[in-house]
Amino acid sequence: MANLDIVKPENLVYTKTKVLTDATMHYCPGCGHGTAHRIVAEVIDEMGIQDQTIGIAPVGCSVLAYNYFDVDFEEAAHGRAPALATAAKRLNPDLFVFTYQGDGDLAAIGTAETIHACNRGENITMIFINNGIYGMTGGQMAPTTLIGMKSQTTPRGRNIERNGYPLRITELLATLPGTYFVSRQSVHTAAAVRKAKAAIRQGFENQKLKKGVSFIEICSSCNSGWKMTPVQANKWMEENMFPNYPIGDIKVDGKLVESVDINRIVVDHPLSVVK
Amino acid sequence: MAKELKLMKGNEAVARAMIASGADGYFGYPITPQSEVMETLMAEQPWETTGMVVLQAESELASINMVYGGAATGKKVATSSSSPGISLMQEGFTYLAGAEIPCVIMNAMRGGPGLGTIQPAQSDYFQSVKGGGHGDYQLYTIAPASVQEMYDFVFDAWDIAFKYRIPVLILTDGAIGQCMEKCMTRDYIPRWTEEERRANAPWACWGKPASRGHNIVTSLELESSRQEAFNQKLQAKYRTMEENEVKYEAINCDDADYIFVAYGTSSRIAMKAMQLGREKGLKIGLLRLITLFPFPKKKVAELAKQAKGMLCVEMSAGQMIEDVKLAAECKVPIEHYGRYGGMIPTPEDVLAAMEKQIINK
Amino acid sequence: MAFKGQIVIDIDRCKGCGLCVEACPMHVIELSKHVNGKGYNYSEATGDGCIGCASCAMVCPDGVISVYKVKC
Repeated sequence: MANLDIVKPENLVYTKTKVLTDATMHYCPGCGHGTAHRIVAEVIDEMGIQDQTIGIAPVGCSVLAYNYFDVDFEEAAHGRAPALATAAKRLNPDLFVFTYQGDGDLAAIGTAETIHACNRGENITMIFINNGIYGMTGGQMAPTTLIGMKSQTTPRGRNIERNGYPLRITELLATLPGTYFVSRQSVHTAAAVRKAKAAIRQGFENQKLKKGVSFIEICSSCNSGWKMTPVQANKWMEENMFPNYPIGDIKVDGKLVESVDINRIVVDHPLSVVK
Repeated sequence: MAKELKLMKGNEAVARAMIASGADGYFGYPITPQSEVMETLMAEQPWETTGMVVLQAESELASINMVYGGAATGKKVATSSSSPGISLMQEGFTYLAGAEIPCVIMNAMRGGPGLGTIQPAQSDYFQSVKGGGHGDYQLYTIAPASVQEMYDFVFDAWDIAFKYRIPVLILTDGAIGQCMEKCMTRDYIPRWTEEERRANAPWACWGKPASRGHNIVTSLELESSRQEAFNQKLQAKYRTMEENEVKYEAINCDDADYIFVAYGTSSRIAMKAMQLGREKGLKIGLLRLITLFPFPKKKVAELAKQAKGMLCVEMSAGQMIEDVKLAAECKVPIEHYGRYGGMIPTPEDVLAAMEKQIINK
Repeated sequence: MAFKGQIVIDIDRCKGCGLCVEACPMHVIELSKHVNGKGYNYSEATGDGCIGCASCAMVCPDGVISVYKVKC
């Protein structure tokens, strides 16, 4: 039985933040982008900085992110979001500037812009969605695609000799002195979402300190690209993505987290089969 | 910063003009023959005086995208480079044009293709006014011919850029960038206040107040009919500029039988060649193009009715001549004379070419 | 202390991904046999075991779930 007598404004404990517009997102059912958008918007809402925030959208699935955030937004060319953010922040040091990019955008075509923005220690927050695939263009190999993982351009699985290794750009960036906070989170369970949101909040709060880049990776699933159901994709992500891309803080307050083995490289992890 | 007559390089003039005209930011990457722009800015340290931001980027690709990121917040942002770097920036140009972001870009052309040479050339004309990047777009393209114009055109560029929401390209070459001439500087125009920024760029990203919807600066439109409508709006803007913003200098053209058409360094050489010709009794005039887009079509057409022939003088294999021929509608013989690959013609060469290719043909 | 909850789902915007069904600790959300205007089998609350924990809303990519909660 529904408890309709509970549905009163004074009992409301959770609803969509007003920092998200009412536009229906174009993302596939179950896509992590929507959840990542929501928690970034909630952080902006809770910090009361909607009128002081500039977002930078990427190219890829989240190219239209600007339609969903009710904040001022610049749309970058592929991979260039960190360059845009660099200037936006330097010319507007009192505003909060964040980038939102996927793995192809941030870790392939925009690698130079990513590394140099991080190395300069720009006072920005970078949100990085890693789902191991190019979603928008139809599921091709990304720099983060796992060894053995199938994609439209690795139909027999990613092969080291042909395609090289999955790029752990988040660990790479953590070694740069310009990054102040580096964390890898996920948004596939309620607990994970709460932790990811806390990391994003930290990332935005850090802009007040002017101590460098706050970089938050969201390890996410792409159920369409992976050709699984949303629930299967999240399970497969836990079993296969997390060993390569372990969840947790990597760098806090400008110091690498001691328990994190930043040099750990997983190349021979056997991929599980979707049941 | 105040009015004074100073000896300076063309590149230095551009840098000093940026500061004096109240620029908010410059993002660049070193490349010969225009590195003095950023070097002058770094030596002047305008962040200590006017508050102007100056940053050396990791590449031209980054610097033009920094221009995008900063200019999209409604600030006055500039960059500069030379031919190979400008090629790398073409991605940014088309996105800036597509997102209608005002900004100022200087190209001190050198010889190409490829790495080519570091010596002056004018072989980026096509790239500058025929696209360069993808899609139907134009840059307002203005060609200074002296250090003084390098300085003055920066001031003019901001007005055009914000009036039309268009990237402005100051198209010069290594000769004007590197040569030293006297230059009258101007009084400092203060950088815009926050209120002025919001008034001059109501479309930009500067933090969404409750009083308006969110501003989106983008070049993306997935709905074809809306993209076409946007393209039509751009074209209408370009046509308006062709009506109102054409600039040229017609020297000794009133009685001229023969006319040199040139811009930038070539126009200075053609000017001398014209004088040499006049001394020999030849009725030669010079049409110096100042805006390359919008192209002075009407003036070329008018002169084509009056003259017996035109010689296009370019430090290229012949690029501007195509627009001159189109505008003249084949009503008069039009020939090209050019040196390129970093070579600069002499006035004697240019006059001899006029005599051989046009007058005595 | 126990809580009673109730969720309200904007079924027109729901894409039927099923993540809320998986996230619900009380197993009181199911995908409907009916479809919305976009053709998705939308989520719906079933039974009266909701405790208002908002786990469903946390994982919802489309932000279509509002959660109400009272002490009881």
